[in-house]
Amino acid sequence: MKRHKGLSRLYTGAIMVFLYLPILVLIVFSFNRNKSRGAWTGFTFDWYLKLFHNDAILSAFGNTLIVAVVSSVFATLIGTAAAIGIYSMNKWMGRAVRTLTYIPIMSPEIIMGVSLMMLFVLMRTKMGVPIQMGLLTLILSHITFNIPFVIFNVLPKLRQMDKNTYDAALDLGCNPFQAFYKVVIPEIMPGIMAGFLMAVTYSLDDFVISYFTSGPTSQTLPIAIWGQLRRRVSPEMNALSTIIFVVVLLALLLGNLSSIQKERRERKAVRI
Amino acid sequence: MSKAKYAALPYLVWMVVFTIIPMLLILVFAFTTPDGGFTIKNISDVGKYTDVIMKSIWLAAIATAVCLLLGYPLAYILSRQSARSQQIGLMLIMLPMWMSFLLRTFAWMTLLEKTGVINRVLGMIGLGPFELINTSGAVVLGMVYNYLPFMILPLHSIMVKIDHSVIEAAQDLGAGSMKVFSKVVLPLSMPGISSGITMVFVPAVSTFIISKMLGGGSNLMIGDLIDMQFLGNAYNPHLGSAISLVLMVIVLLCMSVMNQFDDSEEMEGMLI
Repeated sequence: MKRHKGLSRLYTGAIMVFLYLPILVLIVFSFNRNKSRGAWTGFTFDWYLKLFHNDAILSAFGNTLIVAVVSSVFATLIGTAAAIGIYSMNKWMGRAVRTLTYIPIMSPEIIMGVSLMMLFVLMRTKMGVPIQMGLLTLILSHITFNIPFVIFNVLPKLRQMDKNTYDAALDLGCNPFQAFYKVVIPEIMPGIMAGFLMAVTYSLDDFVISYFTSGPTSQTLPIAIWGQLRRRVSPEMNALSTIIFVVVLLALLLGNLSSIQKERRERKAVRI
Repeated sequence: MSKAKYAALPYLVWMVVFTIIPMLLILVFAFTTPDGGFTIKNISDVGKYTDVIMKSIWLAAIATAVCLLLGYPLAYILSRQSARSQQIGLMLIMLPMWMSFLLRTFAWMTLLEKTGVINRVLGMIGLGPFELINTSGAVVLGMVYNYLPFMILPLHSIMVKIDHSVIEAAQDLGAGSMKVFSKVVLPLSMPGISSGITMVFVPAVSTFIISKMLGGGSNLMIGDLIDMQFLGNAYNPHLGSAISLVLMVIVLLCMSVMNQFDDSEEMEGMLI
């Protein structure tokens, strides 16, 4: 058994090296003075400074945030309402709508991208809708692929909910609307928040669908990164990767720490 | 709450406009000429790209197999750890996924280039330089690196459900470790294998950036063909739609084969 354990550790370690070595190399070379990758010629912060003067990247970063927040808010509203609707449908209808909801999740991103692009182009050329490829088309597309994530986060919370509390609220004199936002909403709030956050992260990270639905003037960060990578080798992208990696790492650590603390607090509460 | 089902109405309208109609547009475009007449020429023209399509399927299949071989032992090792170590392990596996896949693939460019890190290290001991980038091997490597977590996560979520006492029972009844694996662990993890295969194969077969960045010009994939018809020099959305349709058929075939091993109710939990 002991030999097994050593082997398991070795194997896990090897996979971790595979996953992290490229990122480590990227980070190291973000401090490399020489523009060419592969050879180390001295330490510098220049690429970070240049990054903060790179207008394409900076404006793309702003666009990314706008698209992520706006699309996630709309996706959360539409998706939460949809989840409540699906929850109160009969078995057959609910199943049909849930199956429909899998389409955007399971179909290849490139197909969603080109199909939305064709829709927007046709709307403009054939139907006379004045819709230019830009922030609006990006937001519409991102709402489309974000709604399913909200639905699948909210639905389980609705299923866990005790139906009687809603009826109790009605019996105690609430009208259906009051009962809904005083009883149902608080109950499913964790699901709504999880769905919203998931939508934000998917939106921030999306490249393929944005690639087909963004215009030349409204790039998001991944699109701008692609533009830079395609044109030339730029160590600024190493610097950007490093910043993103560190921010994500910190966010995850903080999230994890707070969950550990919460766990501890709960354990203490049980003991008392 | 019977009226509540209408809450799903905005969502359904949204889905029709931004998912169903665009998908139908692909179907319509694939079977029409630019002036609107019916044709099957687009579909038959796809035949010219048979080699690209076969190569895409082949590379994606290899990448999926490698992910399964690498991911399966890791998922198993992980599932036998304490809850705390599992949480940390999963976090470490997911952390690289939070970085844009463009940057992750860019990291491999740094490593594989002719003057890249690997060739320089090999050069120090008098080997190389080797042609590492712009090969189909590099494309497979890029796919494995990007999609390995998609294999590990569903495998792990199935394997934690395997009761250890079932394995012990098999051992008590005289099964050797090979037999325990083939008669107990493997059959019980089948649903995880099938959804892992789908979750790796679908994005791998439809990728178009990984092949551009790591494969050079000679390793085109289906996604690159589609990209060229919509945003590239070869602008022809009708042919592009026909190729998209073929890609969709490949993906649906893969899913329906894999669904034989899986019940759909499990899916919801796995995606989130």
